Amino acid sequence: MTAVGQSVLRKEDAKLLTGQGTYVDNLHPAGTVFVSIVRSPYAHARINGIDVSAAAAADGVVGVYTGADLESLWSGGLPCFWPVSDDIKLVKHLPLATDRARYAGDGVAVVVAETRVAAKDAAELVQVDYEPIPSVTDVEAAVADGAPLVHDDAPGNQAYTWELVTGDVDKVFADAAVTVKERYRQQRLIPTAMEPRGVLCEVNAAGDVTVITSTQGPHIMRTAYTLVLGIPEAKIRVIAPDVGGGFGSKLDVYAEDMIVIGLARKLGRPVKWTEERSEANVATIHGRDVIQEIELAATAEGKITGVRTRLRAAMGAYLQAVTPGVPLLGAWLYAGCYDVQAYDFHCTGVFTNTTPTDAYRGAGRPEATYAIERAIGALARQVGKSAVEIRRLNFIDSFPADIASGLQIDSGDYHAALDKGLEVLGYDAVLAEQADRRAANDRKQLGIGFSTYVEMCGLAPSRILGALRYGAGGWESLSVRVLPTGTVQVMSGTTPHGQGHATTFSQIVADRLGVEVSDVEFLSGDTAVVPTGMDTYGSRSLPVGGVALYHASEKVVAKAREIAAHQLEVAADDLDYEAGRFSVKGSPDKGMHVKEAAYVAWTAHNLPDGMEPGLEATYVYDPPNFSWPSGCHIAVVEVDTETGDVQLARYVAVDDIGNVINPMIVDGQVHGGIAQGVAQALWEEAVYDEDGNLLTGSLLNYLVPSAAELPSYELDRTVTPSPTNPLGVKGVGETGTIASTPAVVNAVLDALEPFGVTDIDMPTSPERVWRAIQEAKR
Amino acid sequence: MIPAEFEYEVAGSVDEAIELLGSREDAKLLAGGHSLIPAMKLRIARPGTLVDIGRIAGLSYVREDGDGIAIGALTRHQDVATSELLREHCGIVAHTAGEIGDPQVRHRGTIGGSVSHGDPASDLPGVLLTLDAELVATGPGGERRIAAADFFTGVFETALGPQDVLTEIRVPSLGGAGWAYLKFSRRAQDWATVGVAAVASNGGAKVGLVSMGATPLRASAVEQALASGADAAAAAEHADEGAEPSSDVAGSADYRRHLVRVLTRRALEQALSG
Repeated sequence: MTAVGQSVLRKEDAKLLTGQGTYVDNLHPAGTVFVSIVRSPYAHARINGIDVSAAAAADGVVGVYTGADLESLWSGGLPCFWPVSDDIKLVKHLPLATDRARYAGDGVAVVVAETRVAAKDAAELVQVDYEPIPSVTDVEAAVADGAPLVHDDAPGNQAYTWELVTGDVDKVFADAAVTVKERYRQQRLIPTAMEPRGVLCEVNAAGDVTVITSTQGPHIMRTAYTLVLGIPEAKIRVIAPDVGGGFGSKLDVYAEDMIVIGLARKLGRPVKWTEERSEANVATIHGRDVIQEIELAATAEGKITGVRTRLRAAMGAYLQAVTPGVPLLGAWLYAGCYDVQAYDFHCTGVFTNTTPTDAYRGAGRPEATYAIERAIGALARQVGKSAVEIRRLNFIDSFPADIASGLQIDSGDYHAALDKGLEVLGYDAVLAEQADRRAANDRKQLGIGFSTYVEMCGLAPSRILGALRYGAGGWESLSVRVLPTGTVQVMSGTTPHGQGHATTFSQIVADRLGVEVSDVEFLSGDTAVVPTGMDTYGSRSLPVGGVALYHASEKVVAKAREIAAHQLEVAADDLDYEAGRFSVKGSPDKGMHVKEAAYVAWTAHNLPDGMEPGLEATYVYDPPNFSWPSGCHIAVVEVDTETGDVQLARYVAVDDIGNVINPMIVDGQVHGGIAQGVAQALWEEAVYDEDGNLLTGSLLNYLVPSAAELPSYELDRTVTPSPTNPLGVKGVGETGTIASTPAVVNAVLDALEPFGVTDIDMPTSPERVWRAIQEAKR
Repeated sequence: MIPAEFEYEVAGSVDEAIELLGSREDAKLLAGGHSLIPAMKLRIARPGTLVDIGRIAGLSYVREDGDGIAIGALTRHQDVATSELLREHCGIVAHTAGEIGDPQVRHRGTIGGSVSHGDPASDLPGVLLTLDAELVATGPGGERRIAAADFFTGVFETALGPQDVLTEIRVPSLGGAGWAYLKFSRRAQDWATVGVAAVASNGGAKVGLVSMGATPLRASAVEQALASGADAAAAAEHADEGAEPSSDVAGSADYRRHLVRVLTRRALEQALSG
C-alpha cells in the first residue's frame, strides 16, 4: 500500500497537543532583556518631542530609545519587495517613526528592561508630545479632493496604478446586449493567528546573529535583515520554531524584528519581544480593504463577453513586504471560471492612516472571486436565469485553457464539480423547502448561495514573478538524505506554521524510497539546517516544495540504482525498481534496497569510479505554471427576517485540488479556510472611528467565529490531476477562504429575494440585514 | 496582557474579606476572575489589592430556603446551570447561567461575581431584576438584603458599599409560571446585543431587559400594557419605552430598539404559553 493518498495521522500532533511545542515565547536564554514598544494612540500626529527620563529611571529599565536614537541602525527603512509599477511611491518606513506617526499603533519609542513587566510598566511612563493632525482611514475619502495626506510625497494619497487589458474591451461593452455594473466593499480584516508574533535575538562575541522569530519565511527574513540592518547575510541564522498560524501575516518583514536585532547587537544581550493580542490587532498587518467596481458585458442569454474591473485598494500607512502586489494576485481572476473575450483590470493603491495591509489568506483571489461570483448573480437576475444555469452557460470547459486575462489554466472540470455539489446538497429538496417557506411567508427564510471558483496558487513561476516586478523567485529547494542505517532526512525550504508538512512530505518520500513514513524526519525552519528556501505562502508548499521533494527523491533513487547495479554487477537498465528495492530483471531474488545502497554509499568502499560518497540529493524546482484549484461551494442560510440574524445551516464544498496526498490534512485545510471565508461574510470587520481609532481592538469586538457558530461541513472532491507536475497536485491552503465568502453572501441575498434586496455589504450583520429589508420595503 | 502591579490577599472568611476591603487602598474582590482579570490585563482596571474570596468555604450552594431558592455567591455558572433545584423551581436562572460566555467562563465565573460586576450587558442581572430577586450583602454593619430593583445603579455600579461582600442571591420559586430568556448575540460566547427576560405573573408578565441602558431595566410599559389586557404583540411594542440603549459595533441604538420589541414579543409568547 502506498502512503500517498492515506489519511496518515499527523506526526506533529503528539508533541503539539501535549504542550511540548517550542514557540518563541517559550525560549528564555540567560540574560534576556525584554522589549515593549510605545505606540501612537493617534491615527496621525506630529511628534514634537519625546521625554524618556521617567521611563529610563524606572526599576529594571535597561534603556529607552526613540526613533531618532536608533535611526542609524536602519537608515533604509523596511523593505517593500513588490514595487509593481513605475509610478509607485516607495515611501520611507522606519521601524520607529521619528517625525510623524501615521496610524494608531505606529511605534515611536522602545523600552528595554530586565523583565517583561518592567518594560510594559515603563512604557507607560514615556511622555510623547504628539500634535494630532487630520487623518483619513477610509479608502474613498483618502482619494477625495482635499483629503489629508498620509505622505507629503504621495499626492492624492495615490501609491500606484496598475492595469491589465486584453481584447477590445470598449467594443465588447458597446456591442453587449446586457451589461451589469456592481460595486462591492471588501471590509478590512485582521488575520488573528492563534500565536501572536514574537522575536528573540542573540548575538555572540564573533558577531554571529541568531534570530528566533515566529515567521512563515525564515529565508526571506534573513535576506531582509541584511537589507535593512546591513549585517552580512552569512552571519545571520534565522530559526522559525513551532509557529502557531500566520495566514500570511507572518510572511511580512516587521519593525519589531529590526528593533530586537538592532538592540541585541547594541546591548550585547539576548533581546525578546512578544506581541500582546490587542497589540497584534494594530501592529500586525491587516487584510483586504478594497472598493471594487465590476462590470460584465453579456449577450441577451447571459453569455459573458467582457469584464471590466476598477479597484481602490487600501495600502494602509506604509508599503509592507508585498502590500502593493496583493491586488495583482487576483488581477487575472476577475472573470473567474468563465469564458470571456475581453478583460480590463485597473487598480489604484491608496495610502490611509491605518495599519498597513498585506497578504492575508487568499491575497487578492478572495476579492476577485467575491466580485465575479456576486456579479454573475446580478447578471442572472437581469437575464432571468438561475444561479446554476448562468454558470453552466459560461463555464470554461476545455483544458488547458488560455484565459482572456492572459494565463493558462492547467486542468479542471467545472461542470463535474457543480454536478457533485448539487447532488451532495440535494438541491431539489432544498429548493422545495425554500419555496414552501416563501409561500408561507415564514419568519425564517432559506437562501441558497453558489460559488464556483477557480484560483491560481502554488506561487510561482519565477519568470512571471519577474515580469510583475516581484523581488524574489518562486522556486523551492528540497533535499533528501538517506542516513547510513536507512532512515531519511528531508531538508525543506518551505516550513510549516500549522499545515502538516512533516506528515505530507514524509508520505511522498516514503513511497519514492520504499521506507516507512516513520522512517522520515522532516527538518525545516532553520537557515543553519536548510540554508536555501522560499518559504511558505500562496498555497505553494506542496505544488512547489512537494514537487521539488519528488524530484530530489528521484535523484536519490537514480544514484542508488547506479550503486545497486555496481554491487550486483549488472547494467543499471537491467534493474527493476519497486517499493524501494532494485531487483535484477529475470532474477528477482537478486536485489538491493535503497537503504542498503545508503550504507554502501556511506562506507564508500566499493562505489562506481568517480561517484561521490553518500546518498543525498537536492532539487530546486521552479514551477512552469501556477496550479489552478477549482470547485463548487454551496451555502444554505436561514435568515430571521425580523431580527436580521443569519444562521449558516449547511455548507457543501466540492474542491478539485488534483491528486491528494493526505485526505485528512486536506480536509483540515478546507475546514479552516471555509471558517475564515465565512467569517468575512458574516462576522469579521476591522472598524475605525472617525478619529482613526481601531474600535475592534480585541477579540471581544473583532468577531472571530468559534465552532459554535459553524455547521458541520459536507465535503467532497473531484480530481483532475495537474498536468504540470509529476505528482498531479494543486495547492489547497487558500481554496476554502477564496470560495466561501461569496457563497454565503449570495445565500443571504437569495434568502432576501422575496423582499427585493439585491445588495448588502459584508459582514452581513443582523443590523445590516434588517436595514436592507427595511429599505427594500420602502 | 500584563496587568499593572497589584497586591494580592487571600481572605479566609467573609469577615476577613470585609476587613481587608477596609484596610487596603483600592481593594477589589476577586471571585472567578472572568470579568475582572481580563479588564486588568487590558489595564482598564487597576486595583491596588485583590482580595481573593474564592477559597472561602460555604459560599457555593443552591438550596431551598423558605418559599424561594438561595444561591451562594461563589456558585459557579456551570453549577447554577445544572442545578436540579433551580431547573425545577426557577428554571430561568439555570437556563440563563448556561447562556453565559463559553464553557471555560461558566466553569470559573461565579453568580456573585457576575452580579456585583454590574455590567449592563450581563445576562443574570436582567433576569434577577425580572424575578424581583434579593441580594444579600454583608458589610461592617452586618448583613442586609437589597432588592434587585435597588441593586443595579449604573454602568459597573451597584448598591454594594466599598466594604460589602455579596454573599447570597435569593430567587423565588416560580411554581408552574412560564418564563423565557432570549439572548441575542453575534456569537455564542458574546455578551447580549439585547436580552429579554419574561416571567408570567398574575395573568400578565414581568419583563426585564439586558443591554438597553446603563443598568438592567424592567420594561414597565410592557408590563402595564399586559395588565391592561394587551396581547403579547401589542404589549411588546412598548418594550423600548424609557430605554436608552447605546450604539456600538454590536448594533446601533435604533437597531437595539427594534430588536428589543421583537425579542419581547417572542419572550412573552413563550412565557405566556406556559
